[in-house]
Amino acid sequence: MKPIATTRSAMGIMTGKLAVYWVLVSEIVIFGGLLACYVMNRIAHVEWAEQAAHTNTWAGAFNTLILLSSSLSAVLAHQAAEKGNGKKAANLLYLTCLGGLVFLIVKSFEWTHEIKAGFTIQSSGFWAYYYTAAGLHAFHVIAGMLVMLWVASTAKKNQELHRVENVGIYWHFVDLVWIFLFPLLYIAK
Amino acid sequence: MSADAHGHHETNYVKIWAILVGLLVVSVLGPMLGHPVITLITAFGIALIKAYLVAKNFMHLNVEKPIVHWTLGAALVLMVLLYAGIMPDVGRASGERWKKNAGWHYHGTSPHSEHSEGAEKGKGEGATGH
Repeated sequence: MKPIATTRSAMGIMTGKLAVYWVLVSEIVIFGGLLACYVMNRIAHVEWAEQAAHTNTWAGAFNTLILLSSSLSAVLAHQAAEKGNGKKAANLLYLTCLGGLVFLIVKSFEWTHEIKAGFTIQSSGFWAYYYTAAGLHAFHVIAGMLVMLWVASTAKKNQELHRVENVGIYWHFVDLVWIFLFPLLYIAK
Repeated sequence: MSADAHGHHETNYVKIWAILVGLLVVSVLGPMLGHPVITLITAFGIALIKAYLVAKNFMHLNVEKPIVHWTLGAALVLMVLLYAGIMPDVGRASGERWKKNAGWHYHGTSPHSEHSEGAEKGKGEGATGH
């Protein structure tokens, strides 16, 4: 028996996909609230620019490239799934996960360097926002990777291929958040 | 909805990715010129364009049902309301009975030494701090 997410279409959209969008709505509120507060404080405290000068722009740019590339593989996986090629879709999802892993490795090196330099979450308002926003985003990357591995395992058997699009939508959103985090935390100095 | 109805197959995803990478390069190099207006445009203006390209071409929001646009739009409106509602207070340096001190927000380039200094300063001004 097929799950209701694939058989019922509410408001002209599959229930599973609609549920993903509802998740994204909550994510917009979470990340949007956090980033809006960061922007407010950043404007109110010009001295934060001095702190932001210590973030590694090249590491942030490299991670942006990695996430944009992983979004490409995610959308290509969706394309393959729509053509009924589950094996190709699964391989592209694994590639997307690899992108997520590279992102996390770069981030861990970056954080190690910053913490060793004395910039911890307790150092100042800027660093508190920096670690909170980047950490929350990294948590979403990990969650996306785990779900993607599960989706790939079923897609490989040509089963539940609609999930490839659903997990892809989530992954693109994670990419979108980083697109805004990058200039806010790394470029505005 | 089928792929044909969405028109996904006609999209050249690699081309979109290449444009996004090109925009990323501009957003990194632009601020290096050191001009505030160019930094604002290249960093944040380009971030908006990149977000639009990802949402339209990768998430396929352009062909999604209106319910999706409304739900996502409502969340964005809430975010703007939050900002508009709080910013007039957060953006002020002082109020009728309070004054914002540098305290925790200020931090020099040498974190170990100046953090403690900043913390002490914050404690000292705690009575009037916001």
